[in-house]
Amino acid sequence: MPDTQALVNDFLTKLKKRKIEGSQATARQTAELLRSVISQQRVPYNNQAGALIDAVKAVGEQLIAASPVELAVGNIVRRVLHIIREEDLTLATAGIAGLNLSAVSDDEDDNDRDGNSALSAAAVAAAARSTLRPPSLQTLLEDTPDYAAVPQTSSSGGDSEGKSKSADKSSRSRKLKHDIIEAVNELIQDIATCHEQIAEQAVEHIHQNEVILTLGSSRTVLEFLCAAKEKKRSFRVFVAEGAPRYQGHLLAKDLVARGLQTTLITDSAVFAMISRVNMVIVGAHAVMANGGVIAPVGMNMVALAAQKHAVPFVVLAGSHKLCPLYPHNPEVLLNELRSPSELLDFGEFSDCMDFGSRSGSPLLHVVNPTFDYVPPKLVSLFITDTGGHNPSYMYRLIADYYSADDLVVQRRPTTGN
Amino acid sequence: MDSRRTSRAVIDPKVRQVGFFTNTPPPPDRSQSGPLAPIRSPPLADSPSPGNSLSPVMIPPPRHPSDTLLPRRPPSPSLDSDFFPPPSPTTTTSFGDFYDDVAVSPRARGSSGRGNSGKLQGASSFPGGGFEMPSVVKGASSVPASGLTTVSVVNLPPGISENAGGSVSLEGPNERNVSSKPLKEKTTKAERRALQEAQREAKAAAKAERSKAVVAPAANAKPAKAAKPASQKNDNAVGGDRPQEKDRKKDIPHPRMQYDDKSRVQKLKKRSVVKPTEARNIVELFRHLPQYEHGTQLPDLQSKFFQLDTVHPAVYKVGLQYLSGDICGGNARCIAMLQAFLEAIKDYSTPPEKTLSRDLTAKISSYVSFLIECRPLSISMGNAIRFLKGRIAKMPITLSESEAKAILQSDIDRFINEKIIVADKVIVKHAVTKIRDGDVLLTYGSSTAVEMILLHAHELGKQFRVVIVDSRPKLEGKLLLRRLVGKGLSCTYTHINAISYIMHEVTRVFLGASSILSNGTVYSRVGTACVAMVAHAFHVPVLVCCEAYKFHERVQLDSICSNELGDPDAISKVAGREDLNNFDGLDKSENLQLLNLTYDATPSDYVSMVITDYGMIPPTSVPVIVREYGRGHLWI
Repeated sequence: MPDTQALVNDFLTKLKKRKIEGSQATARQTAELLRSVISQQRVPYNNQAGALIDAVKAVGEQLIAASPVELAVGNIVRRVLHIIREEDLTLATAGIAGLNLSAVSDDEDDNDRDGNSALSAAAVAAAARSTLRPPSLQTLLEDTPDYAAVPQTSSSGGDSEGKSKSADKSSRSRKLKHDIIEAVNELIQDIATCHEQIAEQAVEHIHQNEVILTLGSSRTVLEFLCAAKEKKRSFRVFVAEGAPRYQGHLLAKDLVARGLQTTLITDSAVFAMISRVNMVIVGAHAVMANGGVIAPVGMNMVALAAQKHAVPFVVLAGSHKLCPLYPHNPEVLLNELRSPSELLDFGEFSDCMDFGSRSGSPLLHVVNPTFDYVPPKLVSLFITDTGGHNPSYMYRLIADYYSADDLVVQRRPTTGN
Repeated sequence: MDSRRTSRAVIDPKVRQVGFFTNTPPPPDRSQSGPLAPIRSPPLADSPSPGNSLSPVMIPPPRHPSDTLLPRRPPSPSLDSDFFPPPSPTTTTSFGDFYDDVAVSPRARGSSGRGNSGKLQGASSFPGGGFEMPSVVKGASSVPASGLTTVSVVNLPPGISENAGGSVSLEGPNERNVSSKPLKEKTTKAERRALQEAQREAKAAAKAERSKAVVAPAANAKPAKAAKPASQKNDNAVGGDRPQEKDRKKDIPHPRMQYDDKSRVQKLKKRSVVKPTEARNIVELFRHLPQYEHGTQLPDLQSKFFQLDTVHPAVYKVGLQYLSGDICGGNARCIAMLQAFLEAIKDYSTPPEKTLSRDLTAKISSYVSFLIECRPLSISMGNAIRFLKGRIAKMPITLSESEAKAILQSDIDRFINEKIIVADKVIVKHAVTKIRDGDVLLTYGSSTAVEMILLHAHELGKQFRVVIVDSRPKLEGKLLLRRLVGKGLSCTYTHINAISYIMHEVTRVFLGASSILSNGTVYSRVGTACVAMVAHAFHVPVLVCCEAYKFHERVQLDSICSNELGDPDAISKVAGREDLNNFDGLDKSENLQLLNLTYDATPSDYVSMVITDYGMIPPTSVPVIVREYGRGHLWI
């Protein structure tokens, strides 16, 4: 597939050069890329899902390696993998259900199928539980075991079905791919519209005459505030400018253009102003499974100040920002140091640089990190497109979007049949 | 209520102009005060207790005397005893005599004409001013023999009227002398002469700060007529003099003037030299602070250089430097101001018919008001001005002008040296003991004290690294970085948002301060609170280095009540980021406000230690320093 490979390479270079700004754009483009990967992928008769998963994983691995801090890439890769598994399962369930209906008459047929049928029944139940249908008391009582084994069996389940139902193999394979692409399209749609769904909740959180503080720029925050404004709520927004990128300036400009009372302050004035602020509303770069937030630099300071003054610290995050990983030392490992030129002009200190040549290490270091980690205890509320959640609930919310199998996106050497 | 305390209240208001501000009754009261006075005073004066007998002097008529008297008096002892050494014997005796004259004071009521004449002057500035006159006059006439008593009598009214009127001015006491002039006319000529001589002697002996020189010639010039007409005449004569006097007094905006008070701002504007244009979009929360368009006054002022004869060129220069931001930083501003005053004092000569202490205080006040127009005073400057005025006021009148000037100049030099330069050295000595090898020291912005500490530690050969945290719009850290790197220190430079990233490796935080308030709040460059907060969250000790002359007894809980607003344009324009300077089209939008705060208040619980010239103390001990070492013995 040379054309997809070209696309992938193109995207990889973009990621590596950090040409793509913002997790939403990254997420959307990743999803689009994976969609084209899936549609181009030739599927074997057996184990179609496995083949697709392999292909997506192969691409995903490269993408993640290209930009490890852009957690949205990994999130989308995992979401797509999850979608493939889900679709495969639903197809299998439908197949088995159909099979079971027809197989009521002759028990032998049932018997000479390998022992998989019981297993796949369990898989069906588990799938039913984990997907759209809420678990009924019936299913809970019937098959409690094997829940952990479900993900493994799902791929082999496809295998067994493929064997047993050779008749409509081709139609099924087409259907699987079609369904998957449909689902990925939905995902892309979700990513594009998540801020609308978040903004819908604005009225529940912003009231008349409130004073809201935000830092840096986030499309979600902008839409959120504007949605409240459209509902005739009049309030005041303090925007911290967010050095060294000064995206707060852009946000302030947009807010003013939309008619909100906006005050632009320096980042250093956050502590001074927060005592008069009713609520801090910020966007996030990524939300970790423990409820911690990877956010634009400076956010931890704002969160601490908010905590000191007991101001609610609200994080808006689309579902593509929910990352199933637990952070370890995120300040360093999930961070990125940007160019010092944002702080000091190039050559500004060139006359001082040679002082360090004696000892071998330069005297002057410039640190310019991109992200900050806000621990979950400082966050009051997450507002996602599915509603508001406590930080302690995020792990559960995240579990809905990902399958435990995909947390480590690495091709296992044994995956090939 | 012992006598000593009240007598010390006489001296007190000069220093503590802030505390009595709120007592100033609204203007309507003033007009009423005169007519009401004679009616009210008789019953009061008849009461035998000394506390009540004071009331006609002190209490604005509308209130009930016994109610107001008691609440008002307690503050004076508590405040005074902190700042002043044990009273000199003369002041104590003076009070004893004051009781005498108070006891006789009922007689004064009889002549309501006199009461009114006194009021004519007093009422113009202080509501209570009118009433003290009669009683004082009586006192003077009833005990004419002793020189000391008369001094005490003359001495006391200023202080009391100051208490009652709650003058805004820093030069209130001198003012009172003018109004007490007519009193003397009521005695006979011989008596008066004797009295004046006695006064002078007693004054010199008691080191009373009040100057009689102005009073004496004026009094001598008056013919010895019947008391009443003479006093009225004199009133008129002085009345012509008064408007200027009053004007000058009001020239100085109150240090904590609220700029949302329209009428006051209007008054201030009429007098101001700088005539700044007000900023258009002021943040609602900060209406009480002055916010002006920057950059417009400077050329304007420069062109006015040759027209403004009231302001000494040295002061003018410093003012312009404040305005343009060439001088910034608490110590630098304070030293520049004091040196400008030094120049001004050097070139000063007392105009004929005026006393040095009065006229020079007025001069300094007008300079100060000019400087305030250029940039609001820092707390340290306020303290320095207070010191200087205290010195001027304490100047014995017997000194010749050149002597007095020499003393004042050496006082200023001593202040700069002891309170700033030596204090910094002591702080460095203390702070260096807190730096160990391998430390990573974080500092924010640019503080002279911290810079000296770092350089000194480096000279001592300590191995440490410095993290300089900086923030817009001033980016003072860059200058510090350049100086430190130039001296060979290993530095890391970052911006304030990255503070939580860098704090992991930091072992000590050294911060400078503009002032430390008596509740331990550190009032400093905006952003200091953030740094201290993050350090606190990461369990890194925060050491605040601040000279003790910057301590202030006022308290503040947040950064909003009192602050300074910088140039809002500095916020919208990011140097080197032309792509961001995109507010041009939106400048006129009502919705956009740019807020450039200069200071913030760091709560004391983030501060581990305050390093000051009196040693290393916890922030809770700041009020102790203010109390024990405050202006009391060291500055006098």
